[in-house]
Amino acid sequence: MDKEVTLMKGNEAIAHAAIRCGCDGYFGYPITPQSEVLETLAAEKPWETTGMVVLQAESEVASINMVYGGAGTGKKVMTSSSSPGVSLMQEGISYMAGAELPCLVVNVSRGGPGLGTIQPSQADYFQTVKGGGHGDYRLITLAPASVQEMADFVDLAFELAFRYRNPAMILSDGAIGQMMEKVVLPPFKPRRTEEEIMKECPWATTGRKGMRKPNIITSLELRSEEMEKINIRIQSKYREIEAKEVRFEEYMTGDADYLIVAFGSAARISKKVISIAREQGLKVGLLRPITLWPFPSKRIAELASKVKGILSLEINAGQMVEDIRMAVEGKTPVEWYGRLGGIIPEPEEVVAQLKKLFI
Amino acid sequence: MTKEEIIQPENLVYKKPELLNDTPMHYCPGCSHGVVHKLVAEVIAEMGMQEKTIAISPVGCAVFAYKYIDVDWQEAAHGRAPALASAIKRLWPDRLVFTYQGDGDLACIGTGETIHALNRGENITIIFINNAIYGMTGGQMAPTTLLGMKTATCPYGREPALHGYPLKVTEIAATLQGTCYVTRQSVQSVAAILKAKKAIRKAFEYSMQGKGSNLVEIVSTCNTNWRMSPVKANQWMEENMFPFYPLGDLKDNG
Repeated sequence: MDKEVTLMKGNEAIAHAAIRCGCDGYFGYPITPQSEVLETLAAEKPWETTGMVVLQAESEVASINMVYGGAGTGKKVMTSSSSPGVSLMQEGISYMAGAELPCLVVNVSRGGPGLGTIQPSQADYFQTVKGGGHGDYRLITLAPASVQEMADFVDLAFELAFRYRNPAMILSDGAIGQMMEKVVLPPFKPRRTEEEIMKECPWATTGRKGMRKPNIITSLELRSEEMEKINIRIQSKYREIEAKEVRFEEYMTGDADYLIVAFGSAARISKKVISIAREQGLKVGLLRPITLWPFPSKRIAELASKVKGILSLEINAGQMVEDIRMAVEGKTPVEWYGRLGGIIPEPEEVVAQLKKLFI
Repeated sequence: MTKEEIIQPENLVYKKPELLNDTPMHYCPGCSHGVVHKLVAEVIAEMGMQEKTIAISPVGCAVFAYKYIDVDWQEAAHGRAPALASAIKRLWPDRLVFTYQGDGDLACIGTGETIHALNRGENITIIFINNAIYGMTGGQMAPTTLLGMKTATCPYGREPALHGYPLKVTEIAATLQGTCYVTRQSVQSVAAILKAKKAIRKAFEYSMQGKGSNLVEIVSTCNTNWRMSPVKANQWMEENMFPFYPLGDLKDNG
């Protein structure tokens, strides 16, 4: 039964995967184009089956702080939103990074700035991987390119978040959130018991069972020398994540003269771009970062010495292109192409741009 | 009789609560926080909840409350404590969950989180220290600053045309269907302290009985930022704060 193939939206897949991976709580606020996450959870009533808490909060500010509270007790908790709502969550994300709390935030992003548009966009790349909130912190970021990956990355994001005690984000977009595709949902995993949580998360504020030393969840330390030590420790954790958790997919890079680097929806288009380009005798390959942070800089640098040019295809005004250029260090030309305002580029126009920029 | 003979367990009539540790408090001498901390620590122990309490501290003077009372604590972003508490109580229904917040935290930046947590009927208690001023940041105007009262950001006194009116959050809370027990107390005298303790106990018990949300406002002094001696501050509070923030239960649905 668990292996059954079903047809559903990316947003619905997030909700079903959350229930199935033993998530303890979801706290969210409606916003287009991701409201189906909360709607699906409300319809599924997981509180009657797995015991998962589902709560519609009064704002995204409250949602992310509910996540902070739940995460501080060692529970597997999450929220989802779209770009303007995720902007409101940045304070909470920074606090969680500071207090080293594991959680999942899903951003089904839309075009900005401001209220922008409800159509898909990848313009939250900078906000996600460069900080967004205040202070020196990083957010483990997974970029799904299919409804299947929306489902699969929920469990993976929780696993990484708990392994490193750090917030994790699934950075999706309105296209992947709204489109329907076939998906095999992950198998059911029971929620952890109180005893399991206390064992796995000895730092969590679960009450002082057995009068153990009180646990404190805080990001505050007024003594500068101590605060520097905390920062250095957190930074060394980030270096470990960068060394161990880079994930990417390569497609037809073996003989490629030109490389497209693209994630999420843009990576899907890129595969079509490659097939058209190859029909025209242009050998193009794709590197799709699955983790946007940590970024596959090392692999991009390796490929840079083998290709005549790299195109960063993004549904934004050119954000990831900066990270590619830093990885490439001038070894080969790096250009950007993308569309704004919620428009998804057509494969033909990308092929034309490839030729115009590099040939 | 020598001093050593007098200091015997059987003669003990007053002691530090077991959950209050020996960390020197950063509160100013004369401040109400220390007294309220003591009451909270006593009530938790008397209810036998020391192994089942999750508390949330605010941003403001009580930000370090977690250093003094030996239970599990989470330190929230400014104003967000009721959101944390809502999630924690829903995820751990058999735990005693309370927030401890000041007027700036609760009645200004966290008004939304406060009203909605109370109105959802979350089975939590909010302890609300109202001293009509921002203490930690150095005496700026609070949402509860009285008309005419001078602060660093209304140095000529609070005027409605410039600063608006003081907010009575506790009165608002009493109108909400989700609240079970809403009360306003103080700790300026022994009698008041005993009443405040009873109120905190009642609120904690209702929250554990699943009767809804509970708000215990404690009208307090900030003698440092009021620029008064502790004794004068208590007197000023009685003469000026109590007429506008009258003490007593506003709602008891328990």
